[in-house]
Amino acid sequence: MNNNHLNSAVVCRDVRKSFGQGDAAVEVLRGVDFEAAQGKLTFLVGPSGCGKTTLISVIAGLLDKNSGEVELFGQGLETLTARERILFRRKNLGFVYQQFNLLPALTAAENAAVPLMAAGVTRAQAVDRAKALLVKLGLEHRLGALPEKLSGGQQQRVTLARALVHEPRLIVCDEPTAALDHATGEAVMELLAENAVHPERAVIVVTHDNRVFHFADAIAHMDDGRIVKTEVKREVETQVAPRLEMNARVVEAV
Amino acid sequence: MNFVALKMLTGDRAKYLALIFAIAFSTFLLENQTSIFAGILKRTGSQIRDVTEAAIWVMDRDTEYFEQTKALKDTDLNRVRGVDGVEWAVKLYKGAPVARTLAGKFATTFCLGVDDGTLTGAPRKMLLGSWERLWEPDSVVIDKAGYILLFPGEALQLGRTLELNDHKVTIVGISDASAPFVSWPVLHARYSLAVNFLGRERTQLSYVLVQPRAGVDVKALCARIEQKTGLRARTSAQFQWDCVAYYLKNTGIPVNFGITITIALIVGAVVAGQTFYLFTIENLKQFGALKAIGVTNWRLVGMVLLQAAAVGLIGFSIGTGMAAEFFNFFGQKLATRGIILMWQSVALTGGCMSFVVILASFLSLRRVLVLEPAIVFRS
Repeated sequence: MNNNHLNSAVVCRDVRKSFGQGDAAVEVLRGVDFEAAQGKLTFLVGPSGCGKTTLISVIAGLLDKNSGEVELFGQGLETLTARERILFRRKNLGFVYQQFNLLPALTAAENAAVPLMAAGVTRAQAVDRAKALLVKLGLEHRLGALPEKLSGGQQQRVTLARALVHEPRLIVCDEPTAALDHATGEAVMELLAENAVHPERAVIVVTHDNRVFHFADAIAHMDDGRIVKTEVKREVETQVAPRLEMNARVVEAV
Repeated sequence: MNFVALKMLTGDRAKYLALIFAIAFSTFLLENQTSIFAGILKRTGSQIRDVTEAAIWVMDRDTEYFEQTKALKDTDLNRVRGVDGVEWAVKLYKGAPVARTLAGKFATTFCLGVDDGTLTGAPRKMLLGSWERLWEPDSVVIDKAGYILLFPGEALQLGRTLELNDHKVTIVGISDASAPFVSWPVLHARYSLAVNFLGRERTQLSYVLVQPRAGVDVKALCARIEQKTGLRARTSAQFQWDCVAYYLKNTGIPVNFGITITIALIVGAVVAGQTFYLFTIENLKQFGALKAIGVTNWRLVGMVLLQAAAVGLIGFSIGTGMAAEFFNFFGQKLATRGIILMWQSVALTGGCMSFVVILASFLSLRRVLVLEPAIVFRS
């Protein structure tokens, strides 16, 4: 685990979360300690059902935890009211989903503009900014297309644009390549690495797709509701190149 | 976000059209049935409404509606005239003689015998000829619908002959009398002539039509007439409502229409409400994505209500347009003439449809408001 808290965007301490009550209660998070650093791509990996999605839902403020602490950029989520948490999320978080979750009636540009519109930016301005970002992501010829007319990779790029358009400080990606073939997944991850990573932004990627592990700056392994191992790329620790291929030779267990 | 809400609504064309048409047809059905119901009941007072010169109708104390008459004594006319505040009072006869044409066609008629001297109560809306010609011997005015019933397929023409109780009379005018409750021809003749169209009874006077002196309170005069004569005196409007009340109380009309209107309301509410509810529920994941992005519950409430208002308004407008066109078309038909789309019906239907759509909105909003935004992470 990276102990440099000054550089930590996300800090989780002994986070617990269970679903159900009484005998039927299932504890999904069993005291999670986790950190994600600014300027880095942090992967959260593990088998299905180990609690990855629950953890990022708690980090994003989409689910309430039972106990423990979650800090985003030094701000404890538990100190915020429900409304403040929504506003915090609107301003500071962007999401990339496995199933894209694009609004089918909106064009690519309009979909990407939704976070800006939600923040009160006028539609024209929001769509203009979204278009500029989509052009950067290589979708200049599909700006007016509806999601159903886009390929999986194109839809994921729109989702990425939607996650980036309001310049959030934390981007949470849930299985961003799971619905894509290898080549498309690779391309999407490259775009994510090129466009999302920023010195003042953290990116957390939940995945079990080991074909894209080489994009990670750090990998937190999760199993049975706990972080069981964290690997940090050597270059991360020495603050050199942000991303290089990760393989067995350059990965160091912490 | 209003833009997003409206795009979500119209984006799924099939569901959007289903919603619009559910509301439009419910609106049409409700406006149609309530207006026809009101129009038919309004017909029970057509002959009262057509008499525009007199403000008060005086009748036997037990008379409940226009068709139910018990003849007054001729002396009752003078007794009414003697009441303080009466400017003038004239007699009116109402009977139901059978009229025959020379070709043998016949029909029971609504015959009104108007005051010989003043022709008070004669039809004022004429399509052909003039009501003043009732002063000519053996003359009658017939309404257009009655003429077409007795002379089917023939052009409107004055001078034709009818036979009533062995009396030959000449048609000197064709009126645009309001449609009566039953589809009988409406005949107007002078009182002295009309009383001969049926077998002679000892007393013939059906109603006394009264006009108050200027400045006299009409209702107060009614009360005074009742007190002085022992007869029943009603203003024109009161008497029309008496007729409506009688038919509501003593016929199956309200039950029949009530069932239809209730079914229309229930079917409309269920179809429109359920379609809107399902529309929202099927979009739950989209709402979840918006919640995750940071759209507040209040904003989502606004979005759903905007969607509801949009489909409600569009569906209601289309339905009202359809109803207006329906009545525009059928209002020109003889059988349904005078039955119009009433603004009260439009307002009532608007209220009902608003209630349905708002109810459906709030039912579906419950699901949206308690929705965990973490739903977006479920594949």
